[in-house]
Amino acid sequence: MRDTSDTGRPQAIVTLQDVEKYYGEYHALRGISAEIRQGEFFSLLGPSGCGKTTLLRAIAGFEDISSGTIRLDGRDMEGVAPNRRPTNLVFQSYAIFPHLTVSQNVGFGLRKAKMSPEDKRRAVGEALEMVGLGDFGARAAHALSGGQRQRVALARALILKPRVLLLDEPLSALDKKMRQVMQVELIKLQREVGITFILVTHDQEEALVMSDRIAVMFEGGIAQLDDPETLYRRPASRRVAEFIGMMNFLPAQVTGTGPERIEAEVAGLGRVTLDAGQCPGEARPGAAAVGLRPESLTILFDSGVAHDREVRGTVAEVTYYGDMTYYDIALDGAPDTVSVSARNMPGRRVLERGETTALAWDPRALSLFC
Amino acid sequence: MKAGPLTLFALLYLLVLYAPIMLLPIFAFNDGTVIAFPLRGFTTEWFGLLLETPALHQATRNSLVIAVSVAVLATCLGLFAARAATRYRFPAKTGILAFIMLPLVLPEVIVAISLLVVLMQLGLDSGNWSIIAGHTLLCIPFSIAILQGSFSNMDQSLEEAAIDLGETPLSTFRLVTLPLVAPGIVASLLICFTISLDEFIIAFFLSGNAPTLPVYLWGQLRFPARLPMVMALGTILVVLSIALLVIAETFRRRGLRRAGLKDSGGFL
Amino acid sequence: MNAVTRALRSEGGKGLIMVSPPLVYALLLLAAPLATIVLFSFWTQNFLDIDRTFTIANYAEALSDPLYRELMLRSLRISASVTAVTVILAFPVAYFISFHVAPERKSLWLFLITIPFWTSYLIRVFLWRVILAFDGPVNGSLMGLGIIDEPLTFILYNANAVIITLAHAFAPFAILPIFVSLEKIDRSLLEAARDLGESRTMTFLRVTLPLAMPGVLAAVLIVSIPTVGDYVTPRLVGGSGGTMIANMIYAQIFDLNDRPMGATLAVLAMAIVAMTLLWLIARIRFWLWLAEGRGVWIALAAGLAEILAIRAIFTLGPGILGTPGTVLGLLAIATLGSVLIFLRVPKGRAGI
Repeated sequence: MRDTSDTGRPQAIVTLQDVEKYYGEYHALRGISAEIRQGEFFSLLGPSGCGKTTLLRAIAGFEDISSGTIRLDGRDMEGVAPNRRPTNLVFQSYAIFPHLTVSQNVGFGLRKAKMSPEDKRRAVGEALEMVGLGDFGARAAHALSGGQRQRVALARALILKPRVLLLDEPLSALDKKMRQVMQVELIKLQREVGITFILVTHDQEEALVMSDRIAVMFEGGIAQLDDPETLYRRPASRRVAEFIGMMNFLPAQVTGTGPERIEAEVAGLGRVTLDAGQCPGEARPGAAAVGLRPESLTILFDSGVAHDREVRGTVAEVTYYGDMTYYDIALDGAPDTVSVSARNMPGRRVLERGETTALAWDPRALSLFC
Repeated sequence: MKAGPLTLFALLYLLVLYAPIMLLPIFAFNDGTVIAFPLRGFTTEWFGLLLETPALHQATRNSLVIAVSVAVLATCLGLFAARAATRYRFPAKTGILAFIMLPLVLPEVIVAISLLVVLMQLGLDSGNWSIIAGHTLLCIPFSIAILQGSFSNMDQSLEEAAIDLGETPLSTFRLVTLPLVAPGIVASLLICFTISLDEFIIAFFLSGNAPTLPVYLWGQLRFPARLPMVMALGTILVVLSIALLVIAETFRRRGLRRAGLKDSGGFL
Repeated sequence: MNAVTRALRSEGGKGLIMVSPPLVYALLLLAAPLATIVLFSFWTQNFLDIDRTFTIANYAEALSDPLYRELMLRSLRISASVTAVTVILAFPVAYFISFHVAPERKSLWLFLITIPFWTSYLIRVFLWRVILAFDGPVNGSLMGLGIIDEPLTFILYNANAVIITLAHAFAPFAILPIFVSLEKIDRSLLEAARDLGESRTMTFLRVTLPLAMPGVLAAVLIVSIPTVGDYVTPRLVGGSGGTMIANMIYAQIFDLNDRPMGATLAVLAMAIVAMTLLWLIARIRFWLWLAEGRGVWIALAAGLAEILAIRAIFTLGPGILGTPGTVLGLLAIATLGSVLIFLRVPKGRAGI
């Protein structure tokens, strides 16, 4: 994360305070409060219909909010039209004007700028250069490929040097390879221009790869706002844990709680002692669930080595991905199978269905959901 | 294309569809005063006669004035309706739009007599203005049908993008919406012009003592001696209509190309 | 921000503002005049004065006078025939364009089909008079080929001529909606049907035809309503046997100077067409529902029984109830039945 102030706490560029939005009876945004910091790459992540695009369009000024405030650069945006806000939007469809050339598209927003035509031309050239389309200026806009349209849309928005660049699912129309290329390019571009990016996406992997911080949204509200690692390692709820990456859940019984430690009996793993920080919210004695990621269980291919914490299980299903293999394993004493990932390395064989194997696990990797 | 019975049927269908129009030039250049076979010989006499008929010239002027006014008026009103239909959700939308489109299916006689009765009741004299009013009513649905296509072909985020890049709603309309919808507007103007130029019933009921071209034609149909001249006039009108339609169609296709879309059908 | 400005700034408000110019125009020049003729139909006229006492005398006269009744029925018959001919002939052409013409040439075909429609209606109708004439090309070529010995006389100055001419005039109106609904059919549905073992013919009957029904229905509506009220064609090619209700409306207003009667006939014509169509659609939905639930034969029998019953009421009714009573009774039964069907019978697979 890049800090821009000396105090170590970067200043907020976008401040959302109790933002509510109703469409008639439908509650689209529920009490959204967040600070988006100067220069960060911020993502709004959630399933379709969670309100992330509505929130983005509210920041851009295309949606009125029912109550609450949106501040941009300290200024209340209530009643400020989209064309007067210091934001620019990259549309999901890119919205490239089909009747204009690439240069005319990129220079569209400079019409009223107090610049000489020569300066404008240079600015357009630089913007195109920046997105790697230096020679494309004279092309007709409708003759571009998906990736090229995306770059034109970026150049067109960035040429106005907005305080905040808003991106509405900008990569969803691209194929997988192109998407990965553009992800890297977007990160580099953002670092280069230093402008705050707010990205809307439903793709958790994309959000993890690109963002400094992510707000996970469900049903119009923010469920968790954290950096990618915290989000992955310490999800605030079972729902977030299920949405970000893959997570196994084992039924558990909390037997003892204290200010530091929590004692629990976990199906398949036995008695475990957890750090209080591993349980988001209040830990109560009683039924609960323990979550663990597929990579938190290690298959002991060489069963000779003894481990502190070892369980046994039977391979129920094998899914081979090339670099990785995912196993569904029925742990002794657990009701459902758990998914376990193993890196495929030279000299390491792939287990077969029906084989039994030993697995090692680490209590620090567990999350407890009460 | 396979040449099966279906192809044959379709070609035959086209032939019958065009049969009357194809007869038109035959009789227009036929050197005989009776509109019947066998043909007599070639003449351009009937076209010459057109030039020497002042009443016809007056009717033509009337029709042109009416058609131009109708084209502009109906297209303007159609723009509002088409935009509302493609961009907004509002209460009773389906009902309101169906009502505006109603003249498309309503027999023209009904529209004509209801307008006539109102005019008589209000004690107003009918004239070109009343025909313009009636024709506009008739043309709005066609204009909407054409413009709705143009508007729905246009990605809504294009307008938002322009506003996001600092343009006002008004300059967005001028810089983005208008250029993209322009081919549709031209097509709508031409179609409304053609419809108005051809329309008979409303003009017949509402024209005062200044007939339009079709009303004048109707009067001439009663005099067998005038028929060859009517054929000549009809030939000119048909050629003119086809020329206008080809232009309208070209504009419509150019609009599609400009929007980067594939052609998916004709008018309506 | 008060409630009014908030309502106007909402999407619904903006939409209403946007649609208001054409809406106000249509209200002033369509709704108001239509309301006026309905009002007129309840007044009477003595020479030049309008008597504004409310009366249903016009309706009573319109429904009992055999001349009006004959014209009304003939208009309906002609319209029904025109619709049937147009739609039946248009379907194969629409099918051909949609399924057999290369995509890039489809719009050319549609363009070719719409062109005649845009050329002078008057002249087209007049030319049919030439084509169908005693010494016209139809008779000429038929006699030339030796198919007939003397000219056909049943094709001009009667209802047949009107049907031929109107069917020609309304051809594109029938082709376009059918074409649109055929174009919407996902081609993989047809492949799926073939893949599941249906023959070409059965695929057409079980998949294509039901999915094209909305287009056929639109074609029926868009052809049948305007043709009922056509004025030019019966005047030019109809002779006395092909006169239709619109000619009578014109005569009432201009020749007999009886505007209330003209208004009454216009209102009646529209009401009868609207209710007939409503009734027809309701019937089709009912029969399809019956066919699906009880079998095709039951549905056919029900349909046949109904047609016979209607014929019986039509022939016997006037003697017992008087003509106005019969017509109004039939209309009432048809409307009530239709509403009942629309409320109780669910929409069928064909979208009707």
